[in-house]
Amino acid sequence: MTASVDAERTVTLTVNGVPREATVPVRRLLSDALRHDLGLTGTHVGCEHGVCGACTVLVDGAPVRSCLVLAVQVEGAEVRTVEGLAHDDHQGGQVLHPVQEAFRECHALQCGFCTPGFLMTIAAGLENRDASAELTEEEVEEMVGGNLCRCTGYANIKKAVRHAAAAMKDAE
Amino acid sequence: MKPSAFRYADPRSLEEALEVLSAEGEGAKVLAGGQSLLPLLSMRLAAPATLVDINRVPGLDAVETGEGGVRVGALVRHARLLEDAAAARVQPLLARATANVAHPAIRNRGTTVGSIAHADPSGEMTSVLALTGGSVTVATPAGVETVGWQDLFVGPLETSVHGPAVVTSAFFPALPARSGTAFAEIARRKGDYAVCGAGVVVTLDEDRRVSAARAAYISVGLVPEVHDLTEAVAGQPVDTADWAGAGALARTLVDPDADIHASADYRRLLVGVLTERTLIEAAAEAAGRTAA
Amino acid sequence: MTTKVFGEPVRRREDARLITGKGRYLDDIGSTATLAAAFVRSPHAHARILDIDVTGALDVEGLVAIYTYEDLTGPLAEPLPVLIPHPQLTAPRTGFPLANGEVNHVGEPVVMVVATDRYLAEDAAERILVTYEELPPVVGVDAAREARHAVHAEIPDNVAARHHQETGDVEPALAAAKNTLSFTQYIERSACMPMEGKGVHARWDAADSSLRVYTSTQASTSVRAAIAAKLELSLDKVEVIAPDVGGGFGVKIVHPWPEELLVPMAAIALQAEVKWAEDRREHFVSSAHERQQRQEITVGYDDEGRITALDVHIWHDNGAYTPYGIIVPIVTATQLVGPYVIPVYRVIVESVFTNTVIVTPYRGAGRPQGCFAMERTMDRIADALGLDRAVVRERNLIQPDQFPYDHHLTFQDGRPVIYDSGDYPGLMAKLKKLVGWEEAEQLRADAGARGRMLGVGMALYVEGTGPGPYEGGHVQVLGSGKVLVSTGLTSQGQGHETAFAQIVATELGVPIEDIEVTTGDTRRFGYAVGTFASRAAVMSGNAIALAARGVRAKALRIAADVLEVDPGDLEIDEGVVQVKGTPGASIPLRTVAVLSNPLRYAFDEAARQATQFAGPADDTRPPVAEGDAPGLEHVDYYSPVRSTFASGAHAAIVEIDPATWEIDVVKYAVVHDCGNIVNPMIVEGQVQGGVAQGVGGALYERMAYDSAGQLQNASFMDFLMPYSSEIPDVVIDHQETPSPLNPLGLKGAGEAGVIPGTAAIASAIEDAVGRRITAMPISPTQLYDLMRDQDTERTAAAARRAGTGAMA
Repeated sequence: MTASVDAERTVTLTVNGVPREATVPVRRLLSDALRHDLGLTGTHVGCEHGVCGACTVLVDGAPVRSCLVLAVQVEGAEVRTVEGLAHDDHQGGQVLHPVQEAFRECHALQCGFCTPGFLMTIAAGLENRDASAELTEEEVEEMVGGNLCRCTGYANIKKAVRHAAAAMKDAE
Repeated sequence: MKPSAFRYADPRSLEEALEVLSAEGEGAKVLAGGQSLLPLLSMRLAAPATLVDINRVPGLDAVETGEGGVRVGALVRHARLLEDAAAARVQPLLARATANVAHPAIRNRGTTVGSIAHADPSGEMTSVLALTGGSVTVATPAGVETVGWQDLFVGPLETSVHGPAVVTSAFFPALPARSGTAFAEIARRKGDYAVCGAGVVVTLDEDRRVSAARAAYISVGLVPEVHDLTEAVAGQPVDTADWAGAGALARTLVDPDADIHASADYRRLLVGVLTERTLIEAAAEAAGRTAA
Repeated sequence: MTTKVFGEPVRRREDARLITGKGRYLDDIGSTATLAAAFVRSPHAHARILDIDVTGALDVEGLVAIYTYEDLTGPLAEPLPVLIPHPQLTAPRTGFPLANGEVNHVGEPVVMVVATDRYLAEDAAERILVTYEELPPVVGVDAAREARHAVHAEIPDNVAARHHQETGDVEPALAAAKNTLSFTQYIERSACMPMEGKGVHARWDAADSSLRVYTSTQASTSVRAAIAAKLELSLDKVEVIAPDVGGGFGVKIVHPWPEELLVPMAAIALQAEVKWAEDRREHFVSSAHERQQRQEITVGYDDEGRITALDVHIWHDNGAYTPYGIIVPIVTATQLVGPYVIPVYRVIVESVFTNTVIVTPYRGAGRPQGCFAMERTMDRIADALGLDRAVVRERNLIQPDQFPYDHHLTFQDGRPVIYDSGDYPGLMAKLKKLVGWEEAEQLRADAGARGRMLGVGMALYVEGTGPGPYEGGHVQVLGSGKVLVSTGLTSQGQGHETAFAQIVATELGVPIEDIEVTTGDTRRFGYAVGTFASRAAVMSGNAIALAARGVRAKALRIAADVLEVDPGDLEIDEGVVQVKGTPGASIPLRTVAVLSNPLRYAFDEAARQATQFAGPADDTRPPVAEGDAPGLEHVDYYSPVRSTFASGAHAAIVEIDPATWEIDVVKYAVVHDCGNIVNPMIVEGQVQGGVAQGVGGALYERMAYDSAGQLQNASFMDFLMPYSSEIPDVVIDHQETPSPLNPLGLKGAGEAGVIPGTAAIASAIEDAVGRRITAMPISPTQLYDLMRDQDTERTAAAARRAGTGAMA
């Protein structure tokens, strides 16, 4: 069998738990496919060379820069974006993720452009750790250290990580 | 900043991959983690006609650790290698260097072998391959061959691997007995490409005297080089060896370049400082692994 | 629910949408059917355009249109406006929307391509061949000053403006001074670098002959006026909206950017939605930079360190063009004096052209440079006299009883620099305590024992904020009880929706939950100046407060009629108008809103309820009284007589590794005074963010041009905007000296955090290493060069510390 060499492909994937499909030129970046083909504009594009982290989404649970992945590469994958962080409260409203609550409580955002990238990397970091363990400053730095923010000076973002971790510990 | 048009294939076997690479010819490029390639595509500094994505090729995602060393498959992400305790035991430089690779989101996607095949002298893993005396396995339509690190790196972003070929793994020999390692970088921002980095291996004899000291550097020189610093410390007791002398020797051996982040002289300064610091750390580890 | 929320750390109402991905930024607007623009930009710093050959692009699939200068007509073919002319700006120059025969910096737009998506637009742009004849480039302030080559041939000295102010005869004053010292120093280019680049989306409604433009701007009303003028449209057929804006910091106050004209032009020509979203590389080479200056300073002072005369000559790199006039040079010239008494002051700023990206305000807008000049002068005086740097500053401070304090200078708004209020000794006392100034020698010794060099530095500033000419506010109470608030001024993350809602809730006595705030939308408010110069809270805040007071007065008048009491006996609380001290004698504000309109169709419950209050009509009077208007709403404007002056003091402690010359800021202390505070959480956020930019500007960020005018670090990989790992913890203390100039007693807070960073950190590094720091920013490789250069000046303090130096 010979692999097919294509200029365009139909990609099927799961985004925030919902099966989605898009037909895209194979050069389409995942960031663009999410934003423009699937209409999920919560994921932002800040540099398109993998440095700023604004476009960070979770692919099969792990934070990745969606500007450094082609849409065709996530065929069959589960992608989670900022639109999928909160969950339905089954009463017509939404229950925010602890990190979303913490960002609002700690004033961890100003213009909000970098925020989705931070939320995704922090959400993954907090969900993938033992919530009952004491949060270390190294862990905080690991969760926020790869994303750029021009507004906040980061202090309140780090505060929000601690705040969210405490909330998740209490919820244990 | 959008990539030029290309065609795309994601073969399901190595044979298929080589077939596509052969059919597509010179304009074809292998895509693995893509963390260095995608920025080049988006900036249109590279415009391959075809990308051959090997992410769906089975059998390339294993870290195989044996007494002789660690074999890292082409699809092993930095993050995966970083967490591999067995690999870290056999060759501690792997985890130590990998921890310095960019930021977690990049490490989740980027591959160790890909960064070696990318042959960036600012990359950590090229130097680790050199320092450990490692090699890569290259699959071509003609068969599989092993290429030692000396023959692999030809220039900045250039290897001796040409034509239809897939680097399927990298092999890092085990740390020898009575040896210790250390790795350190100085970067302008944490997670950036290093202004200068150093990896070292120190080996002692049975009397805890230094029998070998070798170093490789990051962002120094056009291709990875291993510098033998043994002469500065040979035969000296591990606790009192002249590590500063070894650092001074290292400064005379390197030929760094200047860029907007550092002058050549400053890099040379850092080579000396990082050499001394890492040698002290590595020597302490070697001493701990050498019966008194 | 609460209404008395002025001064409270109310959580931001903006956040609900921004943390759930529901923000609407420029590139979120449109659909897959929206056409995309991309630009061919000059690869040369200075060149003549000989030919543009588009034939290679014509067969690109999805290509819709290509525009060059030849396609521009009418006012669009003229140079872009000089927004703020000034008599001393004798040789202003601006570019054209698309280059007209000559390019003057790398990145200048030459051709616009429109295609069905951005990928294809870039494909077409790549295939357009432009032939250039290269001209010699002028790069950097010194090259401009030497003027071996000219940026604009008809301006051979490269001088756009020679800005000059003086408060006395400086030469005799210097001659009479007990001591003088002179020095030259440099500060380099950085940039605003918001996380979202610029962007424009335009939609033409052919049936209605109207244009709607979304743009990521700090000044939507002015963009609207510019588009109407340049595209020859009636103002009422153009609406401009600033959607959620991903940071500005100054770069988005410039208008019209070429793209703000070209994208609407294409939308009209193509009868289609067209969008341009600037990418990061474009932002580096075609938006604006700031900060580069060469500063020559001579100061006269007495033996106690009191300044008697100050003479400053600055060369300011304004880049290729001067669309924003000489605002930055004026700000440097007038804000340089800071919190100090300067008996005689002369300043000359020569604003010079270079073949690099234009220079327009970046947060601080010339103040960081002025602060660098003044504060480093203080450090030099202290060093020469062997005095504590804090003591020298204290001896020169304007005292609290000297307000209003007239510097006899003319500010950026053309008004006198008269400080309205402040307590600078108070700032100083708080700062010394906060940073531990008196314990510095102990810290130095402790660090020395760890093999580290420690230094401490401080810098003070006074910042003119909230300049006019005006902003307006509109407040309207609906029959539903909802309160609509709008102002034309825009938002880029400063939390205006929250702060303005706090002001209205407090002024009007309504629950903050009932208030909806709209900013930067010309459909809602047509007159505005924009968000810059730390003016939003001062200007729109006060305008909205006045508008709310107008609504309140009308509501009380109507309610008093209904309740048959005197308006003075009424109060509004929790959205209910009630007779003070008489429970039950009340009427909901929403009902007053219904009553305010004599046309009262019973569409809803509110209108039905209102009828019970409707008194018998007086047949002798019109339903709407003369001078009155239907509706419970009010528009008002705030126009200040002059700016209000905020102030602050920062200190930094640095540790340096003498082996690698890495520089760590280990402590950063801020004392901040912006008068009354609407929302302390937001103000602290502004300070924190500003400090991070200050640290970035001092230690990391530098636009690295080579001698050919190529920007060598036009990416986030090489332009070192700090991550969290590079930003120190910041400790903040507040002082509040309200402004007597405006109803709410506010002073601006947006820019303050960034201003003293470079000066304070330079001082701290100099203190640590004992070598004179004369250029900022400084990196480890530069510090290494400085330390091993035998010619580097040693500080007298270092010599004294080493016990080797006599008194200077």
